[in-house]
Order: sequence, then structure tokens, then C-alpha cells
Amino acid sequence: MTAEHVEARAGAYADSVTLMQISAEVRKHEGVQAALIAMATELNLGLLPGLGLAAPDRAGPNDLLIALRARDDAALAAALATVEAGLLARPAAGHGPAAAPRTTAAAVRAAGRGLVLVSVPGRHALAEAVDAVEAGCDVMIFSDNVPVEQEVWLKDLAAQRDVIVMGPDCGTAVIGGIGLGFSHTLAAGPVGLVAASGTGAQQVLCLLDLAGVGVSAAIGVGGRDLSAAVGGRSARAALAALDQDAGTELIVVVSKPPDSQVAAGLRGYAATLATPVQFAFVAAGQPDLTAAAEAALGALDLPVPVWPQWPGAAGSGGAGTYLRGLFSGGTLCEEAMVIATGWLGAIRSNIPLQPDWRIDPNVVASGHTMIDFGDDELTVGRPHPMIDLSPRLDRLAAEAADPDTAVILLDVVLGHGAHPDPAAEIGPAIAAARQLGQVQVVVSLIGASADPQGLLRQAGALQAAGAHVFASNAAAARFACEAVAVRA
Amino acid sequence: MTGLLRGEPQVISAGVGLLADAVELQAARVTRVDWSPPMAGTADDLATVLRDPRRAAANELAVRRMFGARAQLVDVLPARDALGLRPGEFLHAGPPITWQRASGPLRGALLGAAVFEGIAADPETAAGLAERGEFGLSPCHDHDAVGPMAGLVSPSMWVFELADPATGRRCYCTLNEGLGKVLRYGAYSPEVIERLRWMASVLGPLLQAAVRRHGPVDVTAILAQMVQMGDEAHNRNRTGTLMLLRDLLPSLIESGKPSADVAAAVAFIGGNDHFFLNLAMPACKIALDAARDIPGSTMVVAMARNGTDFGMQVSGTGSRWFTAPANTPEGLFLGGYGPEDANPDIGDSAITETAGLGGFAMAAAPAIARLVGGTVASALATTRRMYEITLAEHPLLQVPALDFRGLPAGIDVALVLRTGILPQINTGMAGRVAGTGQVGAGLVTPPAEIFPAALLALAEAAGSLVRSRPDARRS
Repeated sequence: MTAEHVEARAGAYADSVTLMQISAEVRKHEGVQAALIAMATELNLGLLPGLGLAAPDRAGPNDLLIALRARDDAALAAALATVEAGLLARPAAGHGPAAAPRTTAAAVRAAGRGLVLVSVPGRHALAEAVDAVEAGCDVMIFSDNVPVEQEVWLKDLAAQRDVIVMGPDCGTAVIGGIGLGFSHTLAAGPVGLVAASGTGAQQVLCLLDLAGVGVSAAIGVGGRDLSAAVGGRSARAALAALDQDAGTELIVVVSKPPDSQVAAGLRGYAATLATPVQFAFVAAGQPDLTAAAEAALGALDLPVPVWPQWPGAAGSGGAGTYLRGLFSGGTLCEEAMVIATGWLGAIRSNIPLQPDWRIDPNVVASGHTMIDFGDDELTVGRPHPMIDLSPRLDRLAAEAADPDTAVILLDVVLGHGAHPDPAAEIGPAIAAARQLGQVQVVVSLIGASADPQGLLRQAGALQAAGAHVFASNAAAARFACEAVAVRA
Repeated sequence: MTGLLRGEPQVISAGVGLLADAVELQAARVTRVDWSPPMAGTADDLATVLRDPRRAAANELAVRRMFGARAQLVDVLPARDALGLRPGEFLHAGPPITWQRASGPLRGALLGAAVFEGIAADPETAAGLAERGEFGLSPCHDHDAVGPMAGLVSPSMWVFELADPATGRRCYCTLNEGLGKVLRYGAYSPEVIERLRWMASVLGPLLQAAVRRHGPVDVTAILAQMVQMGDEAHNRNRTGTLMLLRDLLPSLIESGKPSADVAAAVAFIGGNDHFFLNLAMPACKIALDAARDIPGSTMVVAMARNGTDFGMQVSGTGSRWFTAPANTPEGLFLGGYGPEDANPDIGDSAITETAGLGGFAMAAAPAIARLVGGTVASALATTRRMYEITLAEHPLLQVPALDFRGLPAGIDVALVLRTGILPQINTGMAGRVAGTGQVGAGLVTPPAEIFPAALLALAEAAGSLVRSRPDARRS
């Protein structure tokens, strides 16, 4: 039983282009069989019989003709709602281009709702995020250095408005097939990620990619989301969203070590969902990220491939006995430390596993050390080390010059937002370091096969510079530890 | 979550261009915010005010009340009856001020008004009385009134009475004297006093008879129509004036007053393109007063200048004035006058900008773009810029040239600070020296420092509400 609606609305006017756009929009509705939204000119009224619709009783060229035929009443109602929304939409006011919007609120007003990406300095991020949430937009806050009380407040506001706050300090996300922040070129697939750790998520996503498995979405929640203060507010919202998503068969939660109560609460919540949830917490005694990716493959009944590696040159045998890690990814650094401390004992760091292992990250220290150059205090007022390589390159030279250094472990992260050709800068620096200090250099190369920098090309260039290159950060860390252990 | 995972996302990016580029390279639609840091030193107060749990609802209420108000001209009567002003009491434009700090045009207007009232035989005597503090001076805004330029109101002057039929709220404004040598621009020569006497003895009573015969005149409706006919209701009121005349003319003719008086009054009103300004201003104040005193609201409810200080009031901070030295307008000058002759910004007429008219409505008034030293393109750009600092678009006041988009209305202190965009005010310029009169017209902005001051007060008012951390919610 089809449903029809023919109306000549007096006194309503819209220009013909707008009306054509509305008609096109309406015809996209499933169940709409005929649609004509136009001014009721003789020409347009003459089109109605061809559509199988009767002309309205009285209609003149100043009336707006809305003529629809749909499969049923529900489809008709949906089509009518689209017409009303289209007629209400703000015209793009003419007379030259409008100036660019100055606030997120103005941008949403001009362009309509969207996913808001905030990367202004952290102390100013709140205002843009509030604009987004109050306008009903999901928001990703890339900025770090946002006070935690602002984060908690924002996430509560978001819950009220039924939107999600990804971040602050959310480095990566994949939404609707679009990578945001530091992200990779990934195929669509069955795995949905909830990430409280940017580079941890990137590692898992890239390994899945290398295993031929795509992603439905990766929802970043910010590095502090699973802390006691924030309580997993966004992680719950993200789990709920992925559970509702028909394309997600398996959910993987990736995080730095969470607050134990928050983790327990989250596990409890996950158990209530229809979609299976795996947890990958980077901590001692927990499976590493590579193992998490392998577990995900197992859950999907898919084989685990041999993770790619590109062997480099052996060290020339200097006297050094220490491991020095220089990371741009916090979780990659953390994972490497968890692995290395099992082999080598204390690893001193600016993000130490134990409080008394803390060191000043700005100077070369003795012993085994690993520095996270992406940590908040090192990024105030400067680009992220995945974009600006120079701080790590300087440090690479300094560590190589330290006679105690045996092995230098680096991460190189590819993808959107990252440096367009990191091997072109890091490769020569590695070659120089090896010549200078007789050290071995080990690289964990985090990239998807279709990333714009070219995974194979980057691996080849780094290998040619003498580095041992691994797609698995855990494998790179183990190789580095073994090389140090041999020397010690 | 509202459809986060459904459909291809449109991305709105505020911040690092590289991240927006990366999204664009993936063929997603990106809208970029031209972001800049807020005014220096305001980040912490902004973070407090934005987290005030009352803010969003308070601003919504303020806007709803502003847009819900209607203004009708209901009567014309002497200020002594309308406002209870007694001899020696005077109202003035802007925030409170003393004779000692008053500028030339305000002093000149006060002297003229004292002579007009018969309190002093001549301006010199009046100045002596003023020096000795014998005049009572208070702001129009404290008495449900507004006044253009010096804004002088004395007991014998006649005022329009406007009322909101729904709430009974009232606002008053004097009758407009015309341009050139007039009291509100600080002139007080005999011809000025003579005109005031005629307005009080002939024009006022005649308008009273006409309005009472006609019944209430819908000033809000005229505002909506005049904005579609080239007026911005601050520096151009030509259409509004003629529409008022059209409404009142039959009643004027039938008033039974001598036809010579009617003819003189009609010629006076028709010959004064600014006559309607003194109706537009109180209509704006009625709307903005409806939005006053809403705790947590960051909306500006008054901007007014006394020739020395610029003052601003905000809904969430009650009757407190945030003041700073007024800027001097820039624009075009009459005759041989130049910038050195101009007094700093003066008048309550910035109430029109506060309500979304005047400088905010430049796109509606291309005819006067050049008068204030601009072009049609700059007029369009000005109105568009004001959307950045306002909370809403006016449902009644619409701009044809912007496809009938509603005027930007409801200035948000937080948005001004975030964008650094100051409200744009169209204004006349008074001569610096008392007695000069008008010297030009142009554009001016408020002094920027009043906005951080208002933000601080809003932050202090919000403080305890923001510091109390909401309970962790576990669903």
C-alpha cells in the first residue's frame, strides 16, 4: 500500500537549486518512489502526471510544491522530515566567500555537525571542546596538557549530550574509515578498537593490517581515561558504541596500565555486551601488544603470520654495555621497558616503571635508559616527535657518543600526521651514530602496508643505514635486550 | 553517541593544520577553524566560566527573553511625569559620572538643559551651579531610560513611553532634535534652547494626542521592516521615521490641533532622518532588560558611553558597570572638522548594537556604508564578523543581503575574549568642546579591557559551582 503526499504550500519560497538538492536528498531514501519538490510553476505541475501523482487543487508559481509517493507511511514520514530539514537549512549567504569561522561553534553553525578535531594548545582546548559537545558533536582532543578536572567535566557533559569525548591527548582514531591524528591507511574489517593509548593502538592496528585484517573503528579515549580520576568514562561510551556497531565482531581495548578498580569495572561492563571484548593492558605479567594482536587473530580464527623483520648490520663490538631507548610513542616506550626490565633490571626513564627509576629526560644518563619524547612535559610549545624528529636525532648522536652505550632502540611511526619521510632523516643519523659509537641500532617500525610513507621503502632505507628493523615493537625490544645481554 | 560510527564523517578542525591536511588527503570534508588564542591572561577565567553549570541554560534563557520582548509606543509625556524627575535632576548617557570628569559635549548639554529648565539664566551661571554640585546627575539606564549622545533628560523634556504588552516592562527616551547644532551633541546656543521649547510646547503634546488617538504603535514591527529597507536603526533611521509618520499621520491630522502646528510637526519629523532612533533605542532596551539578571549568563545587556567612560553591563553580573576610558571614533567629518575636534565615544545608542542593530546590522544598510567610512563589502563582512561573538540570530530582524539571515544578537563576553573580535559600533561624533555640536560620524569599538574584567566577575560568581567536582558516574 503506497502512501502519497501532495501539497502546495503558500508563501513558501526557496531557490531552484536548493529545491533540486532537497529532491535529490529525498530520492535517496529507501522506499521513496517519486519525489518532486519545486515551485508550483506550470512546467513543474505538468511533471506530476508522469510521476503518477495528481496535481493539488489550487497551486500557483509562488507556492511550494511538495509531491511524494513512498512505499508506506513510515517512508513517507521520513521523506517529509528530510524536506522540512532541507527547507530549514541555512543558505550559504552569497556575496563573496564568508571569512573562515573563528570558533568551533561558528564552524558547526556554518558547516553543520561533524566530528570535531581539537589540537589547539591544551590550556585553550576546553573552549573548542565545549563548543563541540554543546552543538551535539563528537570530539577528539588531540591536545595534551589539558587539566584532568576539565577532562572529567567535559566527559560528564558529553554523557549528558549523548556524544563522546576522545582524549585529551588522544593521538589516534579511525572513524568512518577516516584516520584522525596519527593514523594509518587501513582496510575496513571486523575489529573495533578502544584505545587509551595512541601508539599502543597503532601497533595493534598495524600488526592486524600486516595480517590482512581491517578495522571497523578505533575510538581513542585519551591516555588518562582509565585512571582513577577519570574512571573510564569515555571507554564505556566507546564500548557501547562499538557493541551497537554491526560491523564490529571483536572489540580490543588497548591501554597503558589502568587503575585496577577502573579496569575491573570495565571488564564487568564488557561482560554485559553482546560483542566479545579483549583487553590489552601494557604491564608486567600481561601479554605484550604483539601477543594481543595475535590473540585477536585467534579469536577471529585467523592464522598468525610471521611478523616482518629486516635484519641489519652487527655492531663492531665497542665496550658499551647499556641499552638506550629513544621513543616517540609513550606506550611503545612502556612496552619496551616492561620487556627490558625482565632481562636487564632497572630501566631509568622519564616515564619510569618504578618511581625511583625517574631521570631528567634532557641529559644522557648512565645505565639502561629509555626516554619518551612524546611525554607532555617535552611537547609544551613544540610539535610532537613523530612530526619533528630533531630532538631524537640530536639525542641519538649524543647516546652514540657515550662509550657506555651498546644498543640504541628507536621507534619510527608512519601514517597520516607523522613525518612524511622519517627514514630520510633517521637513516643518515643511524649510519652516523653507528660509525661514531660502534653501537647497534634497533628500530621498531610501526606502519601499515598502504601508509603514505611506504612501509617497505622506509624499512629498506633504515635497514640500509645498518639498523635492525622490526614490525613488532616487542620483538625489537627483545632483540635489543639480547644484543645487550650478549655484550654484558 | 550520535551516529559517530555511521556515515562518512565531516571533520571540523581547530588547531594544527597538518592534522586537517591529513584528513583532507583521505578525501573527507574538512572545515577549518581560523583559531587564535584568547585575549592574554583570560585562559583560566574562561575555563571557569565555560564550566559554569548554569551558563548554557542561562544564555538560552537570556536569548529567549530578548527575542520574546515586544516594544510598543504607548504614550508621549513630560519626563517629570514619566520618570518623576524633579527640578535640578538630570539624566545622562552612559555609566555614572560627575561634572568634574564629564566631557565637553556632556557638560554643554547639561548647561543647555539647565537654561532650558529655567534653573540658570545663562550657560555661565549653569556652569557655576554644576561646579558647586547643585545638579543631580544619574544614568538614564538607572531610570528605565536611554538617551542618544549626551543623553540629557530634564524634567520638562517630553519622552516617548514604550511598553512590552506581555510583561508591562517600560522604557523611555526623549524626542529626537535632529542633526547639527543640537543639545545631545553638546550645543546650547539660543537656537538649541528655542527648539527644545517648541518640542516641549508643540511637538510633544501633538504626538501625545496622536498616539493616544491611534493606540499603541508596534515599534518592534517597524524595526523588522526598516532593516529590510536599508536602515540599521543607529545611524540610519530614515525608513523607520517615515513608517512612524505613516502610522501617526491620520491621528495627527485628526488631533484637532491647529493645522499649522501639525504641518510644522510633520515637516520636523519628516525632515529628521534620525527621529526614529529615539524609538529604536528604547525598543532595544526593553528587549535587553528582559534578559537582565540571569545568574550564569555571559550575555551583554547594555553598552553605553558618557563621553569619558565606556560602560558595559552583563546579565550574569547584575547592575555592575564594567568601565574603561572610551575610544574615539574613526570616520568622516563634517565641514572643516577633523579628528582633533572629536570627543571620545558618547551615548546610550550602543544599545542598538547590543541588540543586534547598528554596526551589527551594517549588511542591511549598504546606503550608509560610506558615511561611516566603509564599503558595501566591508558592511557585509562586519555583520558576518559579529556572528562570531553573538549567541543567536534574531528571528524577526533579518538581512535581505544575507539571504534573510537573522541579525547577530546577544553579545557573549566569552566569545569576544576567545576571538578577540570587539563589537562594532556605528556612531555620531560630538565636538570635543562644549557647545560645538556634531562634527562627524564613524565607527568605534568598546575598550577591550572591559571584557576581561567582566569575565573575571563572571568567573568569581561561578567559582564555587565549578570547583565542586561532579561525582564519578558509574552506569
